[in-house]
Amino acid sequence: MGEIFCLVEHRRGELRDVTFEILWKAKDLGEKLDADISAVLLGHQVSSFAERLSGYANRVLLVEDARLANFNAALYQKVMSALMADRRPVITMVGNTAFGMDLAPSLAAELDLPLATDCVGLEVEDGKLFAVRSMYGGKVNAKVSFPEAQQYMVTVRAGAFPAEPGTLKGELVSIDSPLTEEITQRKFVEYVEAEVGEVDITQADTLVSVGRGIKEDKNMPLVEELANSLGGALACSRPITDAGWLTKDRQVGQSGKTVKPKLYLAVGISGAFQHLAGMQGSDLIVAINKDPEAPIFNVADYGIVNDLFKVVPALNAKIKEIKG
Amino acid sequence: MELVVCIKRVPDTSEAEVVIAPDERSIKEDRLPFDINEADNYATEEAILLKEKYGGSVTVVTVGKEDSKEQLRACLAKGADRAIRLDDEKFAGSDGYAIAKILHASIKDLKFDLVLTGCLADDDGYGQVGVQLAQLLGIPHACLVTKIEVQDKRARVHRELEGGLDEVLDIELPAVLAVQTGINEPRYASFKGIREAMKKEIKVLGLADIGLKPEDVGEPGSKIRLEKLFVPPVGERAQVLEGTPEETATRLAEILKEKGLI
Repeated sequence: MGEIFCLVEHRRGELRDVTFEILWKAKDLGEKLDADISAVLLGHQVSSFAERLSGYANRVLLVEDARLANFNAALYQKVMSALMADRRPVITMVGNTAFGMDLAPSLAAELDLPLATDCVGLEVEDGKLFAVRSMYGGKVNAKVSFPEAQQYMVTVRAGAFPAEPGTLKGELVSIDSPLTEEITQRKFVEYVEAEVGEVDITQADTLVSVGRGIKEDKNMPLVEELANSLGGALACSRPITDAGWLTKDRQVGQSGKTVKPKLYLAVGISGAFQHLAGMQGSDLIVAINKDPEAPIFNVADYGIVNDLFKVVPALNAKIKEIKG
Repeated sequence: MELVVCIKRVPDTSEAEVVIAPDERSIKEDRLPFDINEADNYATEEAILLKEKYGGSVTVVTVGKEDSKEQLRACLAKGADRAIRLDDEKFAGSDGYAIAKILHASIKDLKFDLVLTGCLADDDGYGQVGVQLAQLLGIPHACLVTKIEVQDKRARVHRELEGGLDEVLDIELPAVLAVQTGINEPRYASFKGIREAMKKEIKVLGLADIGLKPEDVGEPGSKIRLEKLFVPPVGERAQVLEGTPEETATRLAEILKEKGLI
């Protein structure tokens, strides 16, 4: 019987959600490939995690080492490659996260294994694995095969699969840490929190959120005014903080804040999945964008497909009129 | 400080309709604008900034056809010193791993302290080439890099995690750093830079020049195969308000009022 490795992701004493999403999908694939599921847990003093994970896997492979307390791609790769060479899992699943993106590609290259990154779907046909990947900013999906492969590696997009309460009773298998000599090529130093600004966008009932469509810094007052008229706060997508027009604490999305306001009004935001991950739980989502194909319209309740430079001033005037 | 930057020319599909080509394995590109991949643009700027601070030179490398000369020229105009374009018909169909092998073969004999790449390509979204390149070169790496401070033979690097958290790490040079967007403010080329770029060399190398064989690259050298492109299934789309900007704005304001949001 084959084995599917699910690499457990944890940070600062907490298991990350993507771990349970991977385990959910692994269970489905395991049934189709006649493979059982191993949650692979690397860390230090993580026995409570192991206990929880045992409900989601046939076994928990636990490697405890003080040097594995914080994620470090160099050390994790060393341990993972030793485990994978020893047990030869048919599939190794890792989150397509800051953790997985830093680890999976080099691990795959070291072991000469095929890797499909950022998978949003995984299917088995005639005993063979196929992956679905998203391309061109979410506008196209690609079905990907692994010719002649005996073993596969995939990284899985966070949020692509659901998580359900575990129904298994996995055994705990402790494995001696394969780390022997000191690895000094790369050292973990510390975590640093993003600076906190004067506005906490996670607390606002109304967010006007601005994206690349605003085009220039000098156009920002347009959306600031709209936020003011609505009595809301101004948020943004990644390109705006990249350009330095708003500070990082205003950014909504995977690498920024997760928000759930009563109204999320997206202006000139196309809706990359990283952004959607941070706002799709909002009560009411309205999007103004001139591109009818923009993925933001897949999560919005209402959409206006038009030039934001015409719609926003008209909307602002109308709101002021209503408020009197 | 000797720096190598890997860049890619990509179609800008952010505001364009993406149409799948009849072969179902590519998209129609004839009406799309092309540009340097966004993260690669930041990587290029970071390399030029490091050169300006520590001296040395910047070599820009791309795997791309004749038309990617335009992007290499732009990098040279901003301050890169030389460029290498890797082009061979055998490269067609390469996956991320095969691209990493091509880059590795062309870079391994260069003198460098740091190789910079973008962390993710906007077209294929692989996000793997830089990290695999590091493995092939046998040097350490970090991806999603948002800050680089060089200290002697090491670098203090910030890496962007989820939820506004950064990881700070200390890495030995030479290393490969895959740069995240927003790390700096990419400059525009000056007229003087554009003039000077015309005099700088763009070397073109093919399969044999970098010592690879046909089975190392393209589809034979790839680990994954793109079978078919398709339009993603969508759930319930937004209700689109029709009309002129004024009409839609009025309708939206009414909806917000009805829902007690104004």
